[in-house]
Amino acid sequence: MTKHLIKLKVNGEPYEVAVPPNKLLLDVLREDLGFTGSKRGCDDSSCGCCAVLIDGAPMLACVALASSYQDCEITTVEGLGTLDGLHPVQSGFADGGGSQCGFCTSGFLISTKALLDRNPQPSLDEIREALSSNLCRCTGYMQIYESVKLAIERAAARKAANPAGARS
Amino acid sequence: MAMNSVIGKPLPMIESRAKVTGLGKYADDLSVPGMLIGRILHSPHAHAVIRSIDTSRAEALPGVKAVATGRDAPHPYGILPIGHDECVFTVDKARYIGDNIAAVAATSAAIAEQALDLIHVDYELLPAFFDPLESMQSAEHWLHPTKPNNIEKEYHHLFGSVDEGFAQAAFVLEQRFFAGEVTHAAMEPHATLAIWEPDGRLTVHSSTQVPYYLHRTLSEVLEMPMSQIRVIKPLIGGGFGGKSEIIPLEVAASVLAKMAKRPVKITYTREEVFLAHRGRPITIVDMKVGLTEEGKISAVAARVVQDGGAYCGYGPVTVLYSGALLGALYDIPNVRYDGFRVLTNKPACGAMRGHGTVNVRFAFESVLDDLARDAGIDPAEVRRRNLLKAPCITVNGLRVTSYGLPECIEKVVERSGWKEKQGKLPYGKGIGIACSHYVSGAANPIIRSNIPHTTVHIKIDRDAGVTVYTGASEIGQGSDTMHVQIVAEILGVRPERIRLIAADTELTPIDLGSYSSRVTFMAGNACLEAARNMRAQILEGVAAKYKLGTAMLDMRDEQVISLDDSRLRLTFDEAVAAALEFRGALVAKGTYAPPEESRGGKHKGAGVGPSPSYSYSAQTVEVSVDTDTGQIRVEKIIAAHDCGRALNPLTVEGQVEGSVYMGLGQALQEEMVWDNGRLMNPSLLEYKIATTLETPEIESIIVESIDPEGPFGAKEAGEGSLAATIPAVANAIYDAVGVRINSLPITPEKILAALREKGKQQRGGKSGSNGGAR
Repeated sequence: MTKHLIKLKVNGEPYEVAVPPNKLLLDVLREDLGFTGSKRGCDDSSCGCCAVLIDGAPMLACVALASSYQDCEITTVEGLGTLDGLHPVQSGFADGGGSQCGFCTSGFLISTKALLDRNPQPSLDEIREALSSNLCRCTGYMQIYESVKLAIERAAARKAANPAGARS
Repeated sequence: MAMNSVIGKPLPMIESRAKVTGLGKYADDLSVPGMLIGRILHSPHAHAVIRSIDTSRAEALPGVKAVATGRDAPHPYGILPIGHDECVFTVDKARYIGDNIAAVAATSAAIAEQALDLIHVDYELLPAFFDPLESMQSAEHWLHPTKPNNIEKEYHHLFGSVDEGFAQAAFVLEQRFFAGEVTHAAMEPHATLAIWEPDGRLTVHSSTQVPYYLHRTLSEVLEMPMSQIRVIKPLIGGGFGGKSEIIPLEVAASVLAKMAKRPVKITYTREEVFLAHRGRPITIVDMKVGLTEEGKISAVAARVVQDGGAYCGYGPVTVLYSGALLGALYDIPNVRYDGFRVLTNKPACGAMRGHGTVNVRFAFESVLDDLARDAGIDPAEVRRRNLLKAPCITVNGLRVTSYGLPECIEKVVERSGWKEKQGKLPYGKGIGIACSHYVSGAANPIIRSNIPHTTVHIKIDRDAGVTVYTGASEIGQGSDTMHVQIVAEILGVRPERIRLIAADTELTPIDLGSYSSRVTFMAGNACLEAARNMRAQILEGVAAKYKLGTAMLDMRDEQVISLDDSRLRLTFDEAVAAALEFRGALVAKGTYAPPEESRGGKHKGAGVGPSPSYSYSAQTVEVSVDTDTGQIRVEKIIAAHDCGRALNPLTVEGQVEGSVYMGLGQALQEEMVWDNGRLMNPSLLEYKIATTLETPEIESIIVESIDPEGPFGAKEAGEGSLAATIPAVANAIYDAVGVRINSLPITPEKILAALREKGKQQRGGKSGSNGGAR
């Protein structure tokens, strides 16, 4: 299939990549751009391991055609924070036990980030609802909820410490 | 204990930063220059002779660099020495839909897939076997000519006198149970990158729980010395047993890499993961238990048939575990066990979390509950009346060194409000209890030898960094962190000072792998010994240099201090420098082999079941049952798990909750559905593992019995709680609506059928419902 040059904005940086029109965003991220944090766990968009933010909304990169998202802001797990400054959802999952094998973790982080961006103080039921399209086979979800609560606390503490410049 | 003690503290896993930043690498995340992509051709037939394979058109396709069939790797292998019955590409015939026929390596995935379509296979169809009870009666067309009647293995064990035991019983109940087939469904599909090195060596990065078994198998199949092969385990996205034997893609990628002299990566689709399987078999259990007037279990007799699929795999071990742990949770004087592992034309089963114990435990704990009611004894109380008294040897020769089950039962009874609820909740609501246990590693290795089960090395050089080399496999359960905690504790250093090198056959000493919950107990003990050796070396150096006795020195808080003379206070770096003056770079070693007395009896099959120690679990489950729809809602699960000592409560709780979650899935919603050997639900959309919405609150309670031989008293945490969940759910359903469901998964349809049957009986109809057990 003929390749076309497309432009993508991933984690705030511009990229140009030549891909066939049927290439999935997940494959472009993983194979062409080296963002391997997004995972493929299934064949049928059922596991949530590949979730990325597209203009702030969680989307499954395994069912998105890359060429359709040229004008969007794409955020992968690699774009949530930095090694020096983990995003609260990252440090919450790192410390709260929400990541055992870690394969589902990037998808959960993306879904949690999207949730807390629109609802910084969700109830447990709202957390369960927001994470219901991400599968985890390790934790039984209890420590994922603890991790989300930790993320909420840390995000609130960060905001209190730096009310003007808090990066969501 | 040092002030900076890290044992017993909830420590985040050391690799968690790599996981939450997306920077950690799993096998499929790896790429190297020149890498080819491999794809495997699977059989569309359940049982068919392969008359011929024509690969010429595939080979001619531009971009195809290697095409492999059975001829290219005819050496049979299998995880058990008695079960070398599979080839990476089957040579003579296909034995299940999905069996491996050939593979292609090409410059792109698209070309590899196109090439698969160009391979022509001439099949001659054979009659196939899908039902284990029919298969074991078969007179011809056996899957393997060396296995008459398609029986892979059968075992018959008798301990004590079951006839006398049943004669003593006031209440005897015999029931048939059926458990559907379930699979691991780890979130990471298997992936292997095999790199043919310029010097003719092979490096294999693979999603494996058993890198050293893979190492050995690749050597046999590729006919290369083990010294020319290096297996490296990257991050693993969950195992649960599904990566605990050699999976065909691992060999296929290696064969293709050797043929093409190029790196080859193969990643399974999710459908291929389902077909690779090695999960928990369909199991038919005939369970008979006798209970005395006083509520003592007087005898157990169980007949178990497991539908093992097309190859041996771990099969004989699975069927032996079913018998060995059947009579070892409680004090049972008389046990008879007849176990059959049957071959059918379906993907091979294998080890899955709670290996072999789960379906039999479901049957036993269900029958025990019914017997307790017959005897008018509270179900929690009947379990209390049958406890072992550790230390002891069970009737089948298993040595029990620590036994926290009594405390587990007390904890869940108290926490759940059992006494106020059991038998007293309104119709439609119920509470159930059940117990389970599991090994802390197998006392006997798969391949018998006198080599220690695990060895750990520690190195310290002038930089004063502590490098720990372990062959143990982190698969998400906390293996790496456990090592770091133990070394930090003994050397009195911060965890950050420790660098862990794990599961790389070229660098790390041999460890048998992450299966049978062996890592904390075995690698933990080896690590403890290595750390103590290293500590002694450092203290000897410091003592010699400063003319002090080593007994007067302690290591804590990144320092070496003298206990009686506060003038000596060296930083860890200074202490290491002192020790280097005497010894040069420091190396220490620790090993672990289970003690002789833990290795079990002498009867046939006695090698499976013995462990240096056992974990215990008790659980209560509360349910609501909608009697109009049959819908079951689990309200809450409380699980108390005796892990000996929680080295890391955060990861122990995570393991217990994860086990309960997986048990609950098998109890209520997971089942591989077959139609003439074809898996009807080979996807995560259709094979329903529970989401957040279907998972109730799970509360874990840690019970610490402090095992005398475990590292700091620790034992197993990752599997033992799974088996109790299923019968606790079944018992809660009985408490709620008075029907006994003997068939897994417990679906609304089965509940409704049982309720209808019960209604008929109450109106004077015939008796005899067993809740749908086949």
